[in-house]
Order: sequence, then structure tokens, then C-alpha cells
Amino acid sequence: MTMDTNKKLAVFIASAIVLAVLPFVVGNTLGNSWVRTIDFALLYVMLALGLNIVVGFAGLLDLGFIAFYAVGAYTFALLGSPHFDIHLPFYISIPLGAGLAAMFGLLLGTPVLKLKGDYLAIVTLGFGEIVRIFMNNLNAPVNITNGPQGINLIDPIQVGGVSLGKAIEVFGFSLNPVHMYYYVFLFLTVVVVIMVYRLQHSRIGRAWVAMREDSIAAAAMGLNIRNIKLLAFALGALSGGVAGGLFATFQGFISPESFGLLESIMILAMVVLGGMGHIPGVILGAVVLTIAPEVLRDVIGPLQMHTFGKMIVDPENARMLLFGAAMVIMMLVRPEGMWPSKRRAAEFKDAKKG
Amino acid sequence: MDIFLQQILNGLVLGSIYALIALGYTMVYGIMGLINFAHGEVVMFGAMVTITVVTTLMNAGVALPGPMLVLIGLLVAIPACMLLGYTIERVAYRPLRNAPKLAPLITAIGLSIVLQQVAILIWGRNYIPFPAILDHETIEIFGATITKLQLGIVALCLLLMIGLLVVVEKTKLGRAMRATSQNPAVASLMGVNVNTIISATFVMGSALGAIAGVMVATNYDQAHYYMGFMIGLKAFTAAVLGGIGNLGGAVAGGILLGIIESLGAGYIGDLTGGFLGSHYQDIFAFAVLIVVLIFRPSGLLGEKMADRA
Amino acid sequence: MSEVLLKIEGINKRFGGLHALSNVSLHINKGEIYGLIGPNGAGKTTMFNVLTGLYTPDEGSFTFDGNDLFRAPPHVVVKTGIARTFQNIRLFHEMTALENVMVGRHIRSSANALGAVLRNKSTRDEEAAIEAKAWELLRYVGIDDVAYERAKNLSYGHQRRLEIARALATEPKLLALDEPAAGMNPSETESLKALMEKIRDGGVTVLLIEHDVKLMMGLCDRIAVLDYGKKIAEGVPEVVRKDPKVIEAYLGVAHE
Repeated sequence: MTMDTNKKLAVFIASAIVLAVLPFVVGNTLGNSWVRTIDFALLYVMLALGLNIVVGFAGLLDLGFIAFYAVGAYTFALLGSPHFDIHLPFYISIPLGAGLAAMFGLLLGTPVLKLKGDYLAIVTLGFGEIVRIFMNNLNAPVNITNGPQGINLIDPIQVGGVSLGKAIEVFGFSLNPVHMYYYVFLFLTVVVVIMVYRLQHSRIGRAWVAMREDSIAAAAMGLNIRNIKLLAFALGALSGGVAGGLFATFQGFISPESFGLLESIMILAMVVLGGMGHIPGVILGAVVLTIAPEVLRDVIGPLQMHTFGKMIVDPENARMLLFGAAMVIMMLVRPEGMWPSKRRAAEFKDAKKG
Repeated sequence: MDIFLQQILNGLVLGSIYALIALGYTMVYGIMGLINFAHGEVVMFGAMVTITVVTTLMNAGVALPGPMLVLIGLLVAIPACMLLGYTIERVAYRPLRNAPKLAPLITAIGLSIVLQQVAILIWGRNYIPFPAILDHETIEIFGATITKLQLGIVALCLLLMIGLLVVVEKTKLGRAMRATSQNPAVASLMGVNVNTIISATFVMGSALGAIAGVMVATNYDQAHYYMGFMIGLKAFTAAVLGGIGNLGGAVAGGILLGIIESLGAGYIGDLTGGFLGSHYQDIFAFAVLIVVLIFRPSGLLGEKMADRA
Repeated sequence: MSEVLLKIEGINKRFGGLHALSNVSLHINKGEIYGLIGPNGAGKTTMFNVLTGLYTPDEGSFTFDGNDLFRAPPHVVVKTGIARTFQNIRLFHEMTALENVMVGRHIRSSANALGAVLRNKSTRDEEAAIEAKAWELLRYVGIDDVAYERAKNLSYGHQRRLEIARALATEPKLLALDEPAAGMNPSETESLKALMEKIRDGGVTVLLIEHDVKLMMGLCDRIAVLDYGKKIAEGVPEVVRKDPKVIEAYLGVAHE
């Protein structure tokens, strides 16, 4: 065994331990609301990695990605809530939602195959809006989505008779839902990470990069551009669908409001700010963009009280202001993202020179 | 009352506002090839500043006729928005001119968020009513009604569009703009200051946006920090529909989109046997866009792009 | 008698009002180096794009190795056995030389997304075979020493060779080269010529567009001459060289 693999093993074991105890450390020091934030960070990691397949690997700008999240979430909610009084177990409704989301991916992908760049961006954006508008309005004349009120009392995940929706005692430890969901999310996040990593380093991943770099040359090498694009849309949507289902059961409540354009943009920002196409970068982007606004929420109010003795700027307002400004500054300072792949970093360096 | 004609008229009013905003998107896109996502916010600022000026004047007891007050408001809002447009370009786009396309898209989105939050700081989160100083007197045309104000909006839009076309086609500045949009490198070799041209484009687009913002506010009697978002989205859709980068296309796309939306909202209930109601109005813009782009991937009046081997 | 590999008849291609190819017929025999020449704008590149599926012809027929390829999309054309390079070199610039060639193996491999995710034995074996084949081809064209260099950092001559290796990775029966010698100095051209002969002797038929008439005359087994979208001559170099129509349209100008 070389030093290098030893070192890798050490890093792996260390991060496994950190990830395993993280919810308890955070829960006991900062409170369970922060564990909840970490759970959301994991959901966003899955979403961002899904979008990264489309935008980062295949180079297709998608501004309606949240639609697939919505499809996964509504599938779970409709099949596991008092709304239709159907209560399918999660191991059926999550794959079902993921599959349905992938089908929506193909549905979106097929008509837009010939579109490029900004045209593709605006059509995907329109697609996302259409999905949202339907969810908002499909409560009449037949009530399918319950309209703007959304769907409530969504079933929690049940594993072997244990509901993750209620706190349980294990060996004297009190396990809250946020802790239990953490491990479920962590497991699935790891699955998604392995999935996208292997895809990237495969014949398919190479085909995506080839198409992104020069679609004409790629076609001349015999790549079936249509299938490669559709595969990217479908696989990206698949992870979006999984995350959506998890979101629904975790939150216990969903409404169309959670699936607006701003959410799509947020996920895109995670991908781009993190480092497009680079899996560790995208994970970082998702984590930072989920945690940072929450930190700001906690810091801004008290900080103002402390310095000025009163609230000068509404904390919510200040939080979004700083967030927007950070996006701008980050892109100006590091357009390649916080943690780009070497390949991308080189591309940007050349672009600057040129 | 003739519903069909009424919907067409409503669509025309809405559509000419879309067109005016779409011009801002399409001009920038034509020259720089990027979506100025913050343009909707310029429109919103135009409306907000005008309302503030008008309200302040009224509170100060200035007794002028309504249109006069709005005009003064506009005379403040237009330069303010021009300055805003200029700043947006300098801050968020110019440093990234050679960066890949997604980078300016993200700065634009970030800037949009910042501008909305600044608007909240200044004007708050609530809807702000447009002071009731304008005449909403209606005229009847073949059984359909339109307010004089709306008629004025359409007329002013037409005038501004013609004015813009004259500037682009007939003036030295316009020639330089067209040259830059075709090939910035060559244009700069020919002595065109590309930076100045790009700034001018943003400034002109923002002026149109400011006026459009006031039109929206007067037409709906209110303004809101978030109003730029949807209207910007629709206008951008209109620009793409017509063929982005093409001025005539933006106008055609805007008016077409307005009419389609308005007809769609009026008739969707009948068409679907009551299954879908008028709250699906927003779907039309996007549905039409998708359908058009499937058959004409570069928009209605966009030039056909051929892959060069 | 040699066997016909590719045959087109009555091919027409118009761009708006421009009649880029009018009624062109030609055939390429198995195992030969076939040259396509003509003055600028004669329709050589258009012809080339039609033969490789990038352009769909308006009328005519196109058969290759017993398959009908009329209006077939590029991936079908490549699968049937025609691979190409580009006049202005279109490599995947940010990929390494090795990866570029590996992309060329795409059509001759089959692992799907599920296989890629599961990384089962057959996928791993296939991936190893792809890499081995790519190394072999890099050695074949003589650039295996730069396998891990990004394509855009390679020298011009190496880029040309890489493009040929990438095309060969698709296992073509016909290799179509669009002005491979453009921008090369005489010694590079000479070694490129040797490579093309090596490829032909290895059993791959070669179709060549070139400006360098001298190179073509010395290298090609047969030549077709295009002028204003029409074929004006076809045959062995010695005969084509003396064809008065060719001299008038092309060689005459070149010799002035």
C-alpha cells in the first residue's frame, strides 16, 4: 500500500466519522434547527448534482430544473397523504417519483433538442413555470394538487415499523426526526455522488464532455447527440425526483410556492458558484448556499442590535441583499467557481487571456 | 360588447408594453449576446421613482394637471434608470465580457436580487398605489372599450419604437451599434469605441424600460418591488419569440404575445369546457414560446442559424 | 478488378439560391487513396460534408459498402464505416489526447448508463479495452508521448495526427481527410503522406481533399475534380493532369 492510498483511506475514515456524528454535535451545540438546515443542505446537494449532469457535464443550460423536484415531491405527496387517502410506502413512491421525473426530463428534452444556449434556457424556464402553474391550479374542477394550499400531512418514511416522523429512544439516545432523516439523506446523497462520479468517468461522461466542447465534432465521431442529450436530461431529472420525494416526506407539507423560478436559479447558482462540472465543487456550492443564508439570518439581527442598539435594516432584507451581492462579487472574483475542476480552471484562464 | 375585439384591444395594450421592454433585452442581446436578467428591475425602478416623484409633488401641494405630474416623474425616472442601466453594465457585465456565458448570467441574477432588496429598503414590501391623477375615461370602438390612457400608451409605444428604429438605422451611433453587434473586434478596428456603444445600448434600453415601467404602473394602478420579475420574463419571452437580437422581432413578438395572452385568458374556459380557467393566462406565453421554438429554433424573425462544419 | 466501396449518383445540394453541388456522381474503390480537388468554392467541403452525413443532400443516391446512406444522420454514417477529420481541426480541446481518441471508440462500445453506474465487470473490461485501443492508435500515428497533454496544447502537426487517430478509433472502412496537409511544412507533409500510405496499406480506404496538387498527384490512386459544384473530371492522376477542362479550371490557374 502506498502512502497515497493510506492518506486517502485516512481522509475517508475521518470524513465518515465526522459525517456520522455531525447531527449530534450540531444538535447539541447549535440546536436541532441547524440539523434541519444540514438535512436541507443534503437535499440541495442531490439537486445540484442532478442539475450538474445537465449543465456541468452536458453543457445544456436548464433554468427549469425545479420542475423535476416538484414532480418527485407531488408524486410522493399524492401517494402518501390523506389527500387521496393513499399511503404507499416510501420505497415505492420515491422510485416512482424519480421515474416520473425522468420521464418529464425526456418530455422536456425531446422538443428542445435543437435549441441552443439562451433559447434552451428560456424554454426550460417556461417549462418550469408551466409545471408550477399547473400545480397551482389543478384543484378545480377535479382536485388533484389541492392548488395553492398544497398538500398537508404527508406520510413520514417508515422503516421496519419505525416512523421517522417521531422521536425515538435508542440506547438512551434520543433520536429526533431531523437526525433520522439526516442518515437517510446522507445515504442517498452518497449514492447520488457515486452515481454521478461513475457516470462522469465513463463512456457516457466522455460523450457529454465531447458534445459540450464541440457538438459537430462529436456528431462526426458517431455520437448520437439526441440520445446523449436526452440521457443527460433524464438522469438529471431522476436525481431531482428523488430529492423531491424526500423533501415532501421530510417537510410533511408541500405547495407550489416551493417550486418557483427562484428555486431553479438557486440550484443553478449552487452549481456555478461551486464549480460547474466538478462534483466536489458542486457539493460545496450546495452546502454553502444552503447554510450561508441561515447563518446570515442568525447573525444579522443580533449584530444590528449589538452595534446600533436597534434594527436598522430588516434582517430578512439584509440577508437577501448580502446574498445577492455575494453572488455578484463571487462571480466577478472567481467566475470559475469556488472549487473548479482543473480542466475548467484552465478554460477560464485561457478565456481571460483571450 | 364584442369580447373578441375587447381581448384584442387589451392584448394590444399589454403587448406594446411587452414590446417596449423586449427591445431592451433584444438590444443588449444583439450587441453582447447575453440576457440582461436585471432589466426587469430597471422597469420596476422606473415605476417606483415616478410614483415617488408624483406623490412628493402632490404632497408639496403642486397643483398641476395629472399628465403633467407624470411627465415630471418620468423626467426624473428616465435619467435615474439610464444611470442604473449604465451601472449594471459596468459592475456586472463588463468585467466578465470574455468569461463564458454562465458567469454574467449569475451576476445578473445576483444583481436582480440586490435591486429588489434595495427597492424593499426604499419602498417597502407592499403594493404602492399609483396616485389617481390620470383620466380613466373610456372610448368605445365597435363595441369594445379602451381608456384614453391605454390609447395613449399604445401610441407612445409606437412612437418610441419608431424613434428607436430611426436611431439604429439612420444615425452614426446606430451604425456603430449595428457594426458592433455583427463583429465587435472588426468594429473596434474601424474606430468604433465598443465600450461606449455597449454603454449607450444599456442606457437606451433602460430609458425605454423606465417608460414601460410607468405604463405598467398606470395601467394596473400600482407598483411593487417584485413587478419587474414576471413582466421582464414575459418581455424576454417576447424577444425570443420574435427572434432575439432583432428589433422588429421584439416588437412583433411583444404585441403577438400580448394578444395571445389576452385571447387565451378570455377563451381558455370555453376551449377546455371549463376545465382550465383564466388563471392559466401565464401558461400561454410559455406554451406559445415552446411551440414556436420547436418549429423555428431562432424565433419568428430570427435569422436561420446553420451549423458550419 | 477493384471493388466499389462508396458510390454516389446525381447528388444535388442547394443553399438557398446557391447550387453548391449539381448532379455529382462518383465512386471510391476499396483500398485506394481517392483525391477530391478543385478551386476554392468548387464544392469540395460541401461534398465532404454530404459524404459524412453533416449535410443532407437534396437529391441523389448514396450507398456505402452495401448500405443506403442517403440522408442518413452522422452517427449512422460513422457506424457504417466513414470517419472524417476537419479542415480547421475540431478536437475536444480541453480533453487530453488520450481522451479524444477514447471518444472515438464510443460508437464501437456499448456500456449504458446503468453499466457505468454499477461498474460491473463487462463495463470495466470494455473501458480497459477502450483505453488500450486508444493507446495503440496514439502509437500508430506516433504521438503516444503526448497522450496526457490537453489537445489544445499540442503542436499543429500533432493535432492533425490526433484527429486522424480519433477518426481511426471509430474503425472506419473509409477515412475522409479534409485538407490534412494545410499549414504544414514540406517535411511534415512528407511524413503525413507516409502515414496516409500506412493507413491505406492497413486496409482503410482514404478520401482526401487537398489544395496541394503536387502532393495529390503523387499520393492518390484516383482523383476527381470539382468546379462550380460539378464534377469535371475523374481518373488516375496522369490522365486528370492532362484533361484540358481541368487545366483550364484549376491547374492552369495554379501554374500561372
